[in-house]
Amino acid sequence: MSGFKHTNAVLGGFLVGAVVLLALVGLVYTPHDPLEGDLLARFSPPSAEYWLGTDEFGRDVLSRLMAGAGVSVAVSVFSVLLALVLGTTIGVTAGYAGGWVDRGISVLVESMMAFPGLLLALGIMTVLGPSKWGVVLALGLAYSPSVSRIARGAALSLRQRDFVIASRATGHGGLWTVFRHVLPNCVAPLLIFATSIFGSALLAESALSFLGLGVPPPLATWGGMLSESRNAMDQAIWLAVFPGAMISLSLLGINLLGDAVRDRLDPRMRGVMA
Amino acid sequence: MLGYLLKRTAAAVPTVIVVTVLVFAMIRAIPGDPASLMLGDIDNPALLANMRHALGLDRPVGEQFMIWVGHALQGDLGMSIARREPVTHLVLTHFAVTAQVVLTATLLACLVAVPAGMVAAWRQNRRADTAIVSTSILFVSMPSFWVGILLIWLFGVKLNWLPVYGFESVLQGGLGAAKYLVLPVFAIVLTEIAAITRMMRASTIETLRLEYVAHARAKGLPEKRVMLRHVLPNSFGPTLTVIGLMLGHLLSGAAVIETVFTLPGIGRLLVESIYARDYPVVQGCLLFIALLYVAVNLVVDLLYPLFDPRVKLQ
Repeated sequence: MSGFKHTNAVLGGFLVGAVVLLALVGLVYTPHDPLEGDLLARFSPPSAEYWLGTDEFGRDVLSRLMAGAGVSVAVSVFSVLLALVLGTTIGVTAGYAGGWVDRGISVLVESMMAFPGLLLALGIMTVLGPSKWGVVLALGLAYSPSVSRIARGAALSLRQRDFVIASRATGHGGLWTVFRHVLPNCVAPLLIFATSIFGSALLAESALSFLGLGVPPPLATWGGMLSESRNAMDQAIWLAVFPGAMISLSLLGINLLGDAVRDRLDPRMRGVMA
Repeated sequence: MLGYLLKRTAAAVPTVIVVTVLVFAMIRAIPGDPASLMLGDIDNPALLANMRHALGLDRPVGEQFMIWVGHALQGDLGMSIARREPVTHLVLTHFAVTAQVVLTATLLACLVAVPAGMVAAWRQNRRADTAIVSTSILFVSMPSFWVGILLIWLFGVKLNWLPVYGFESVLQGGLGAAKYLVLPVFAIVLTEIAAITRMMRASTIETLRLEYVAHARAKGLPEKRVMLRHVLPNSFGPTLTVIGLMLGHLLSGAAVIETVFTLPGIGRLLVESIYARDYPVVQGCLLFIALLYVAVNLVVDLLYPLFDPRVKLQ
């Protein structure tokens, strides 16, 4: 691992660790109440009392960012897990089975993918009504077709490989071959993809909240804070800077850490993906 | 080649059918009766029954679906409840705005990102590579709506150089209207560049390891020719897929960036119609967006063999 790669991995780990820590601390302690504001301290710029300033209701930005971290981390983790479980099962089944099973599943998956992630999520949110778990379900379902496409592609190319054919030829059953030979070789592309959808999920949660269709107020979310910041852009730009910076630093950490994990897990990809 | 073309196009037909059914089903799954919504606060059962009959809501679901598809095939997606305009007209005019922004942004992003990705791969692990990789990781981590807000603050509010909201079509307003495009396009380009650069770099590195590249170099071809003639076509395939997916997502999912810049695009039309429970518009937008996405992916698939002839054989 080169010096650059090593620095990136450490930085990524540090950023992700910091966001997770912030989220955990935010569950038990925030400097001020994230929901109750001091109306006498509206639009206070960053100060010793309010480190990152206050918003139009005099609520502490730092406290709201800490509370929002918990929402973002939880929603992203659970929606990616849901997408991975659903997508891998569907994709590997299609790719490895081939034939009409593959054709049937592929048509359904392709049709689901004809709805861009955010759009499908919006539709599901409309039916479920806005809530934290609604977002998890919506994003998990929205990302599972892309996961299944990657898993299918990997399984499809592996099906023709000598070691898979050899496994079948030596009398091992389909399920054994899938778990012993196909799935382990799908891990690298899936993990690469998982890190990217983990970032996307975090981004999509923010975007949904930004549009007012995600986690409902009064809960603090980074996207919701960014949306509110637009009303007071000329007098309180810190309201836009800090939530956006939190989203960016989290995504940066996830991307850097994802690259490092990929390098470690898949020697063939070492140095290929930046 | 013609066989591949026909096969690919035919493969898209079932997708189109399933998409149409899904859109119809999704709208039916949303709670609430469109007829009572249209009447608002008026509490009159006879009027409600009339309205339901006029909208065809009193017929069996299967018949409603066939009528809707029949009209859609003739380009009639119904009338907007909130705006009292034909949905087809609304969808097309709003889409024109999105298309101008997105196509400009994608083209600019490709012009920067494809060469950048190739240079990074060519100079792998050297200073130029490190610089390009670091920049693209940084950019890919910045949400376009945040970049958009900061751009508005800097160039609109502080410096007062560019308009912060509104839109005028370049087709009608000429170059003067381009000033409305600058900030949204820039916000999209910054994030898209990163994704394309990363993909281009990865596939170029893969290609550079192949023996035919070593052979091309060994027979004394100049490096420029090796990169442009031998490496570029083979490494562009995967990138093309990424660009296609990205284009589809942008054309349809630009709701957030359109909200930031108050652009009257199709993403915003959809979100506003969801708020307003304007079902015919939501339905029309969903159908249009989904079919467009299918079309973009089909075009990418059809272009693929031009870069990688092996694809045809599969």
